[in-house]
Amino acid sequence: MPNTGKSTLFNRLTASQARVGNWPGVTVAAQAARIAAGGATAEIVDLPGIYSLEGGCEAELIVRRFLEREPINLCLVLLHAAQLDRQLTLALQLKTLGLPLLVLLNMADEAAALGVRINAARLSAELELPVRLISAKYGGGVAAAWQCIESLLDERPGAARADGAGRHARAQSGRRNELHRVPQRAESLPRNGQTACLGCGACPMTWAAGATAGVPAAVAVERIYASAVKAPDDLPERLTARLDRLLLHRQLGLPLFFVTVFLLFELVYRLAAPMQEGMVWGLGRLRLELLEPALRAVPPLLRSFLLEGLYNGVGTVLSFLPVIVLFFVAMAAIEDSGYLARAAFLMDAVMARAGLDGGAFVIQVMGLGCNVPAILGTRVMRSRALRLLTMLVIPFSLCSARLQVFVFLAGALFSARAAPLVLLSLYAASFAAAALTAVVWQRRYRSPEPLLLEMPPYRLPTAGHLLRQARRAAEHFLRRAGGFIIGGMVAVWLLTHLPTGVPPAGPATLAGRAALLLVPVFRLVGIGPLLSLTLLLGFAAKEIIIGALAVIYRAGDAKLAGVLAADLGWVQAYSFMLFTLIYTPCLATVAAIRQESGTWRFTLFAVGWSLTLAWLASFLFYQGARALL
Amino acid sequence: MRISLNQLPDGQAAVVAEIRAGGSLMARMTAFGLKPGRRIRVIRRANWQGPLHVRVGMTEIMIRRSDAQSVQVAVDPA
Ligand SMILES: Nc1nc2c(ncn2[C@@H]2O[C@H](COP(=O)(O)OP(=O)(O)OP(=O)(O)O)[C@@H](O)[C@H]2O)c(=O)[nH]1
Ligand SMILES: [Mg+2]
Repeated sequence: MPNTGKSTLFNRLTASQARVGNWPGVTVAAQAARIAAGGATAEIVDLPGIYSLEGGCEAELIVRRFLEREPINLCLVLLHAAQLDRQLTLALQLKTLGLPLLVLLNMADEAAALGVRINAARLSAELELPVRLISAKYGGGVAAAWQCIESLLDERPGAARADGAGRHARAQSGRRNELHRVPQRAESLPRNGQTACLGCGACPMTWAAGATAGVPAAVAVERIYASAVKAPDDLPERLTARLDRLLLHRQLGLPLFFVTVFLLFELVYRLAAPMQEGMVWGLGRLRLELLEPALRAVPPLLRSFLLEGLYNGVGTVLSFLPVIVLFFVAMAAIEDSGYLARAAFLMDAVMARAGLDGGAFVIQVMGLGCNVPAILGTRVMRSRALRLLTMLVIPFSLCSARLQVFVFLAGALFSARAAPLVLLSLYAASFAAAALTAVVWQRRYRSPEPLLLEMPPYRLPTAGHLLRQARRAAEHFLRRAGGFIIGGMVAVWLLTHLPTGVPPAGPATLAGRAALLLVPVFRLVGIGPLLSLTLLLGFAAKEIIIGALAVIYRAGDAKLAGVLAADLGWVQAYSFMLFTLIYTPCLATVAAIRQESGTWRFTLFAVGWSLTLAWLASFLFYQGARALL
Repeated sequence: MRISLNQLPDGQAAVVAEIRAGGSLMARMTAFGLKPGRRIRVIRRANWQGPLHVRVGMTEIMIRRSDAQSVQVAVDPA
């Protein structure tokens, strides 16, 4: 089952940083990690959650494919301890396949708080399967469960050890992690003996038949449940119900959601601003005290490249690290709270008018962090039409990379009072672009998809969880910065400094000449040649834009704001921001759309549409503002 | 007395009597524990003809009104 804490357990067992969120469908791809188990190495794989063996969404296909191809020694079935009335079914389905299972009843803490009493021994006897109660989030029972896992692996050493990857018990179903044991000299064996396994006649991998054979008599579930679980008829009213009365209020609910998110982001900027200034100051000192003296002996062109190209560019991008990390922590807190499921509930009626649904809204909100995982997140959608429409809309989510550009430009070109309003207006514009897109294209991607979604209780994120997410965000950011952002800076520097002997960033440089070609397109929207060049480069990744400006204007961190303000009017700047907001977010997003949609046609259409829309929006704004002012 | 889930007043308990839905919707409902014999209660309805917030057994779910139409529930006339 989705949202039963598989990734939480995975993180606890393997010290990984898999994404966790109080929302079904957070994990959409298998993720593996190795740990020592007894004398050998075990590989644990965290899978997406699935509702049943026959489901048809992409995430479920991924689980199925995994189970068809990978050797598995033990299958951990995670169930929500307080919802066994519906979740036991899966354990029984799996059992009919004759696979080694360990049933883990997670969220024991919540079950206890609800007054649900579970007789694990009885349940184990009835199911004829080992059963353990755990609390993956707080750690209760996990050590005991781990011992059980180790001994189960020991009891069945033959499977994977006897002939490597050949004969092994394998399981099929979602809602859990898989453990396959990799023998000690794992490297010499085929890691995922797929070929060996596909031909293995012993494996009952008949998915189609599973539909009938796998559905156990509902009576059995009822009987087992009644004998092993005691749940109060009327559940005690919990905090969740009281919070819901306010947060899901018919009139207040939606405004409250937006206000909450806004305040949270506001807090992020307030907290991050001094840290960012600190970074800028530190980077400036470093350059003055260390780098410039050290590079004195280096030839001027190379020195200019190192300082004005690499250091200014990358340094400017790096100074955004605190904003980005805090921003992701805020997103993680929202995701883990369960508020997103409420947002889906509140927004569904609105989204339905645009041919989308509440689930699409949540994915859209997740896109505020980064569009790429949001695109992958559409894997939980069953209808292809709905999936495509959602993918068309996600790139308009104002992701953290674009946020950098806007935070910077708003701070540089607008007064301290106006800057937050400028940011807010850009969020509104991103929402409008998404809505317009959905409304325009909903007839082409029409879907009769029913909407059924869990409303999990509110949960409090733990500090450890938030720290893990912060680390993840920082690593992700630095990886991007280390990769094509440095590449982007090098490209910008070369373009603005070659051929040698002409004034840097002038019209005679490569950049100047390329920019001239763009003039006809961008003159009408008020974006000058050099700015349009940064847009061209920003196609690869939006993080490049500010760094590129630093290189082009030959002004590092602290000075860039002043230089820009002297060169740009606010109308032009806003037009530039609108364009940056709406056109294709980055190459990684384009690649994700290609991968998930499976067609270039759709991908090119998505890119073309966003470019058109970006140009039109900037055009209307720029010409409108000029006519009025 | 049998009515559709849509007509069940907020807060009133009922029991699922019958579901008339196609295969895939039916399967999804079953996965959420929405099947005959289960106790069910509508907690609230969203504005603008939005979805219902429903409690079935131990699980809370949201379901669109158009889909809830196919769920028949039995209520005590008393
Ligand atoms: N109270 C409580 N909450 C838990 C426990 N384990 C996990 N959670 C919370 O349950 C939510 C879902 O956890 P995940 O680990 O993302 O669940 P998942 O099974 O990986 O979900 P999907 O990948 O979406 O299928 C998160 O909010 C966790 O913090 C637990 O033992 N007790
Ligand atoms: Mg997960």
